[in-house]
Formats: sequence, structure tokens, C-alpha cells
Amino acid sequence: MSLMTWIDERFPATKVWNEHLAQYYAPKNFNFWYFFGSLAMLVLVNQIVTGIWLAMAYKPDATLAFASVEYIMRDVNWGWLIRYLHSTGASAFFIVIYLHMFRGLMYGSYRKPRELLWIIGMIIYVAMMATAFFGYLLPWGQMSYWGAQVIVNLFSAIPVIGDDLSIWIRGDYVISDATLNRFFAFHFLLPFILAALVFIHIVALHKVGSNNPDGIEIKKGPKGNRWSDTAPADGIPFHPYYSVKDIAGVVGFLIIFLGIVFFLPDMGGYFLEAPNFEPANPLKTPEHIAPVWYFTPFYAMLRAVPSFAGTQVWGVIVMGAAIVVLFFLPWLDKSPVKSIRYKGPISKIMLAIFVVSFVILAYLGMKPSTPGRTLLAQICTILYFVFFLGMPIYSKIDKTKPVPERVTK
Amino acid sequence: MKKLIAIFSLALLPLVGFASDAVHLESANIDLTDHAAMQRGAKYFVNYCQGCHSLKYFRYENMQKFGLTKDQIRNNLMFSGGKVGDLMTTAMPAAASAEWFGTTPPDLTLTARLKHGGADWIYTYLKSFYVDESRPFGVNNVVFPNVGMPHVLMELQGVQEAVKEKDEHGNMHVKELKLVKPGRLSAEEYDEMARDLATFLTHVAEPVKLERQHLGIWVMLFLLVFFVISVMLKKEYWKDVH
Repeated sequence: MSLMTWIDERFPATKVWNEHLAQYYAPKNFNFWYFFGSLAMLVLVNQIVTGIWLAMAYKPDATLAFASVEYIMRDVNWGWLIRYLHSTGASAFFIVIYLHMFRGLMYGSYRKPRELLWIIGMIIYVAMMATAFFGYLLPWGQMSYWGAQVIVNLFSAIPVIGDDLSIWIRGDYVISDATLNRFFAFHFLLPFILAALVFIHIVALHKVGSNNPDGIEIKKGPKGNRWSDTAPADGIPFHPYYSVKDIAGVVGFLIIFLGIVFFLPDMGGYFLEAPNFEPANPLKTPEHIAPVWYFTPFYAMLRAVPSFAGTQVWGVIVMGAAIVVLFFLPWLDKSPVKSIRYKGPISKIMLAIFVVSFVILAYLGMKPSTPGRTLLAQICTILYFVFFLGMPIYSKIDKTKPVPERVTK
Repeated sequence: MKKLIAIFSLALLPLVGFASDAVHLESANIDLTDHAAMQRGAKYFVNYCQGCHSLKYFRYENMQKFGLTKDQIRNNLMFSGGKVGDLMTTAMPAAASAEWFGTTPPDLTLTARLKHGGADWIYTYLKSFYVDESRPFGVNNVVFPNVGMPHVLMELQGVQEAVKEKDEHGNMHVKELKLVKPGRLSAEEYDEMARDLATFLTHVAEPVKLERQHLGIWVMLFLLVFFVISVMLKKEYWKDVH
């Protein structure tokens, strides 16, 4: 009896391997945009591994945190590399996830039967934002401190319970040692929840099968390929075909990612912000506070909404709605086709407007506001919501092209 | 699709241009491989700056990286004893100095990364003090308006006065600085000193920078070779797929 048989009688190792890799049939027409799922997993692993090693020398104490980061950068063997991998990894995670989500938007990967897959993905995105937010406080620099102050203060805009809620979150009346301690605890915990969510995301994916650039359900097409008579004709085994393809994708990604780590770790102040090289000082407000780039589209929306009826809660509501609306995407798209390839001009233009608005908002969120910029942010915020809320109408009336029977090249 | 990418990249354009500071910075033109400059910079720092400013994340012994021996460091750059592995703190008590200057003189370990312009900022700052009787120490600074410190190097640089002019909004601002009383150093010698200090402080802000870039080249070369191999591997496997 072979070792594998012995194991398989006790644990379905071969079965799991086959179902999820060697006999999981993925459409054969994946393009460039299909690298980002596996890359997101790579970055998550990078964040967890480097994060654990950072935690071995980091001190979550308001009097020691900043110095412990410099200790890691200077005195811990390879500490600088581990820290840059982690700080660059945070931004890389968002870049990869934004491209992964954009892929879903383009090819209708959220449409039936993948609604739950999309929602699990959205939960991952929200958990990721929380992780990044908690993590950003840890270096205890000026921008860490005041960025956290601004974000936690958002909760105090909520009527009636706001003030108590923000004190409860901070564990103090201001961001303090108590806040740093709890943020460290959450920052350590959340990545493991993220890993569990990624597992659930993949289980859901393998139940419904992967979408593809044509938005065709290969499971509904003809059967039979060179590996199996019952598998979809347009499917190929994930392993070895996509595993070797993803290796090339990983190496291509690493060239860019490690290029930044080794040659441009600050990324001109976008990945490591200059004011964060000064320790947190509760008595000295920086002249310009901006969150890190991956939060700035939502921050720009927050600032774009004027206060009304004596409260600023509307900005917080709009910002929250910008994320909540994404959860409903599967039911907003009424187009008879999934992929942008077969959608009409209105859908294409709307998607382009959405992307441009999102990028402009990201830019505006980094800059101090001026009346002109506020107006532009207001326009872009409206366009952002028009993309979603107008979708039930424009996706229905838009012309579509006929979808082929089989996937194209 | 291509159109989308084009629009997307156009929208990213504004991100390329970084915010320009209001003050024009002179180029320090530093060279992080110039060990002699860093050694001189270290000497100037311990003599002129460390009385008030610490480098509390940097150890004396790290100066071995730019060619000094432990004995040279101990005998020439450490004035108050201690171990060569100690952090470069300042003897000035933080609470008292806050009273004397209105604020505790900041630690300078990370100045080159904190200030926009880095080495250029330090270089220009050191050259931009001018007489301003309204300030507590009789001097002001173009790069750092209303700075809380005296011009420690005035004896070396000499005394500068500001030539002011009105801008289009009617606000006075400094047009240029004029040396009205020469110091012990010529203008060229003082520039060299400011450059040495900027070089030293830039090294201190990230001592690992050159090592990082050097290692990065090997990492890139490995990845480029690996990329070719991984693409060939993919093509070999995908011959089966039609």
C-alpha cells in the first residue's frame, strides 16, 4: 500500500488536489486580467509572513513604537527588507485588488451564479481596508496618528451615539497608547480572518466555476476535452496550465514589486508618506492630513459633501454608501450579456467614466481642498454613483452584440 | 479595451507631477559614496549640531560604514565617553531646551526623509539664514520661516541680509540673500560644509540605501532571467491547448 493511499483513506488529499487543481477546469481564454487573483494571494502571504517577523521586534507602545520601527530598519538583520516588503506590500495589495475588482466589473464576474462569490470578495475588501487602517497607526508617525484621528472622528459624526462610539473605538478621548495597543491586536488578528475569507472565496469560485473574458458559461457549452469526456470542451485543468502561467505572472509582478522595494520604497511619498518620518505628536497638527492613496477616493467623497442641517454625517453616509453600493452590483446589472466585449457603447462609456472618476477622486483626496477641487470631487462623486444607480436602466436599454457559443481567443 | 487603458493612464497623469514646494531649493548634488564628505559631515555634526540635536536612532559605530574605525570614532567624535555602540543622543535635556527655545530641538536622524527635497532641503536650509531682528535669536530662515534656532554657523558663513520685494498680491517676500559681513569661510568653503552635512544626514536617514540598491540590481537580474524561463515553461505546457 502506498503512502498516498494510506493518507487518502484517512484524509481526502488526492480528492482535494484533483477537485481544486488537477481536475478543476478553468476556461482556456483567461487574459492578462486573470493574474490578479493569484497575485492577491501571494501578497496576502507576503503580508502575513513579513508581518509576523516585524511583530517579533515591533513594540506596540506609544513611547517605543516609532523607535522600534527604526530599530527594525537599522539594527535587525534584514529588518529593512522585511519592513519595506510589508509597507510596499500594503499598497501592492490594494493595487492588485483594485485591478482584480475591475476585471470583475469588465467581464460581469459578479453576475448570476456568482453573486455570492462577489459578495464574499467585497467582504474581503472591507476586511482588507480595516486591516490597512489598523496597520497604518502602528509606525506611530505624524501621519499615522493624525490619519487615525481623522478616520475615528468620522464615527463621531453619527448623531446621538457618535461621541461615545468614537471614544469606545479609541479606548480614550484621543488617539493614545490604548488605541495603539488595540489596533495592534486587530492588525494581527484580521489577516488570519482574511485568509479564511479567501478560502471561502475560492470554495465559492470552484462551486460555480470561473467566468472568462467572454462571459460565457463553459459548463453550459459542449462537453469533452483531451483530459476528460465529461469536462467542458472550453475548459483546461487549472494545474498545470494555469499554475505555470501564474508563475510567469508572479515573476512579472515581482519585477515591478521588488523594483519598488529595492529602488523606490517611499514611492515618492505615496507608499511611505514623508510626514510619517516624524514621531506622532498629539500637540502638533500637520498642515495637511491625507490618508494613504488607497483610501483617498472615499476620503475625497467625504470632503465633497457639504454639511447640512447642522451635521456632517452626510459625507460619512455618502462614503459608506460608495462601498455598500458595490455589494448590490449583481442585482443592478440588467444587461442580457455579462462581458463588456458584448455590451453596447453606453455600458463601455459608463465604465470608462467610472474608472476616470475613481482615479480623479483618488488624486483629489491626496490634495488640500480648494473650491475648484471640491467642485470636481462633487462631480466625480455623482458620476461614481450614476455608474451604479443608473445601471439598471442603461444596462437594459443598451445595445448588445451577439455572444458566441464558444470562448474566443 | 485599449481605449479603456488609454483613458485610465491619462487619468493617472496628474499623479506623476509632485507638488512643488513654494521655496526654491538649491541642488546639494550629494554623493553617498563620498566617504570623505560623510566623515567631514560627521565631524561638523558632533561639533556644531549635537549640542542641541540628537541622532537617537543612529549608533556611533555605524560610522564604520563610511570608512572610520572604532578607535577613530571613539577618539574624535565622542566627547562624553560612553560605548561606541551607543545611540547618538544629545546632552541637552529635552524639557529644559523646550523652555529655552520654545520647542525641543528635533531629532535629526530622519530629516533627510521627512523634508521634501531631502538633502537639497538641508543644504538650502543651512545656507538660508538671514538677519531678522524681530526673531528671538536675531535670525530667520527662508526655507523654514520663523525657525526657533539661532544661526549656529554664522561665525563661519558670515551675516546675510534679505533683499525683499513685493509680489503681485502685495505681500513682501525674500527675493535673495546678500552676504553683508563675511565669515571665516569663503562662500565656496561654506557651500562645501553644508554639502558635507547634507551628505552625512542623508546617509544617517537611511544607512542601508546603497546596499539596498546594489542588492536590488542582482534581484532584478535574477528575476529577468527567471521571467524568460517561466514564459518558456508556460509556452511549452500550453502547446497542448488549442
